[in-house]
Amino acid sequence: MSRDEMLLDPWNVTAVEQQDDPRADQSQTPPVEAPRALSIGGSQAPSAQSSEAPATQAPEVPPVRTIVLDRPPEPVAPPLRERNPLREPMRSTAGLERLRLDGVGIEYAGKPAVKSVSLSIHQGEVLALIGPSGCGKTTLLRTLNRLTELTPSAARAGEVLLDGEDIHELPDTTLRSRVAMVFQQPNPFPMSIFDNVAFALREQSRKRPRRRELEPLVIDALRRAGLYDEVRDDLDRPALRLSGGQQQRLCIARAIAPRPEVLLMDEPCSALDPISTGVIEQLIGELRRDLAVVIVTHNLAQAHRVADKVAFLYLGDLVEYGTTAEVFDEPRAQRTRDYVRGAFG
Amino acid sequence: MSTFAPHQQKGRQPTSQRGRQSSPWSWRWGDRLVLFCAWTAGLGLCLVSAGIVIYMGYRGIEYLRPGLLFSRPAISTSQSQSGGFLDPLIGTVLLTLIGILLAGPLAVISAIWIAEYGRPSWLARVVESSIEIVAGTPDIVLALFGLSIFQLGLFAPLSFRSEAGGVFGRSFIAAGAMMSLIALPPLFAATREGLQAVPAHLREAAFALGKTRITTIRRVLLPSVRSNIATGVTLGVSRIIGDTAIVLLLLGETLHIEAQGSVPGLNVLRGTGSSLTSYVYDNSPAGEGAAPQKAYAAAFVLLLMVLALNLLVDRIGRSHQRSMGLSVPGGAI
Repeated sequence: MSRDEMLLDPWNVTAVEQQDDPRADQSQTPPVEAPRALSIGGSQAPSAQSSEAPATQAPEVPPVRTIVLDRPPEPVAPPLRERNPLREPMRSTAGLERLRLDGVGIEYAGKPAVKSVSLSIHQGEVLALIGPSGCGKTTLLRTLNRLTELTPSAARAGEVLLDGEDIHELPDTTLRSRVAMVFQQPNPFPMSIFDNVAFALREQSRKRPRRRELEPLVIDALRRAGLYDEVRDDLDRPALRLSGGQQQRLCIARAIAPRPEVLLMDEPCSALDPISTGVIEQLIGELRRDLAVVIVTHNLAQAHRVADKVAFLYLGDLVEYGTTAEVFDEPRAQRTRDYVRGAFG
Repeated sequence: MSTFAPHQQKGRQPTSQRGRQSSPWSWRWGDRLVLFCAWTAGLGLCLVSAGIVIYMGYRGIEYLRPGLLFSRPAISTSQSQSGGFLDPLIGTVLLTLIGILLAGPLAVISAIWIAEYGRPSWLARVVESSIEIVAGTPDIVLALFGLSIFQLGLFAPLSFRSEAGGVFGRSFIAAGAMMSLIALPPLFAATREGLQAVPAHLREAAFALGKTRITTIRRVLLPSVRSNIATGVTLGVSRIIGDTAIVLLLLGETLHIEAQGSVPGLNVLRGTGSSLTSYVYDNSPAGEGAAPQKAYAAAFVLLLMVLALNLLVDRIGRSHQRSMGLSVPGGAI
């Protein structure tokens, strides 16, 4: 079974009574008293890993693993330094550090949504935020361009540095043109295609630039978003006439037109069909060269395809952060392992 | 191509025919009653409005002569000498323009404030309920209030003085200002509803592009509620065109447009006049004119103005919706 198949197939999820299972003693998790625990038949995991790694180097995977919902995650693998560095080369093309999160926490009306997250995001890499619904992925993403501020009940802690500057010191308009965002639902403005992209550029300057000055910039943005060839004949067509995938690429064009440094994407493909999704994933791969991309996704296979780094959040905690290969193949925390194998979600 | 399914018959021509429906006679009494009432009410309203338009059209075409539109009213005991209704027509147009020019910006801006800012919320509630109070005030009360305001010495430049120095408080400006109050509530409501119907993700999209709230309002929200504003303007204009009480009290209801003062343009605004509605009233058997033919003709013109306005706004709204790529609904109003 290849790794990809494994990711797509949440195999053998069965609810059993922990005490009845004799193999439970081998697991690194201590015996649990919780009456309802999920455990997973893990007999296939070692073979999947040994297909790529020498058996001696592969960490011992416990055959039965147990999730306890109210307990901090248990480490299931040795620290990364003991890994074989030759096993999988780093895919990352990481450059400059763009964003640094330091102890970021968000509360909504006193209820914590994100608890003290520290991360760094580099130019030239795609960071995927994964985790079950309500784990704070989107909240964390929206903190990076201060959209959470629009919710009156939100309170924040910690700091976010964009190229060394605290984002809360920057004017919101400056920050948001440097940290652009693409939303879950394609949301072009009810204007022409041209005006949609030009809107991002136009209001930046005090004086309204003319169409002739904007045209090359708009066309460049549309080209980088891979939409130009489909709409070149009529840039004055209403944007809402485009298909869903085209609308989303228009939103990407709009977001990257002012040449931001970071692009945030909140489940950009979840409202799209598989073909449009493929186009956008390819686009993310290309955009990565010029920007740092942070993508929130529910789709683990997608995270695996597009991301260089993966951060797994669970109930507001950053449980695991590492390269895609590390998080998907050798997760250190029990909870990550269970999540990426599809035991819960 | 090989298929692995039972032999398929050749496709038949699809029809749009529906399958058998349940008969209303098998329904419960209550359901049948509601269905019957819905049909009766809908058709009844159609009949009433068709009746008004057809009757007024019949009467209007019978009595309307082009000469009536272009001749000024005159005092005469003979109907052939008493002229047409040019002055009331101009009066109506002028009054509408003043009213809507005053009400439009005010209503749109306050709707933006309520829908987009609206803080502190107690102030927003106060603003909304004061607009509701204005909406609920009878126009004759507004007219009386206007009269008492514009008769203050402070407002003398807006109307004119008698030779003894008293301020009349009757002018196009005074009437237009009070007309703007009756046009304001529907325009406000239409704009506010339009803004509230704009999905939140559109605002977020603009904020995420680094736009300020005011830029978002000007460049994204206002263009998308243009058809709502147009609807509100029609409603407001229809109310202004149809109002009589304010004309009677605040416009002076003079036969001709009487300019006051020497500044051209302003003298007309400071002066008095009449509108088509007051003309219809005066010439109807209820008024003193007792010239029902002219009342019918003027009423027909009034009706045509309102219908033309509705049609125009509907057209503008549709073409705007289409240019934005939105689906065009059944009709604006």
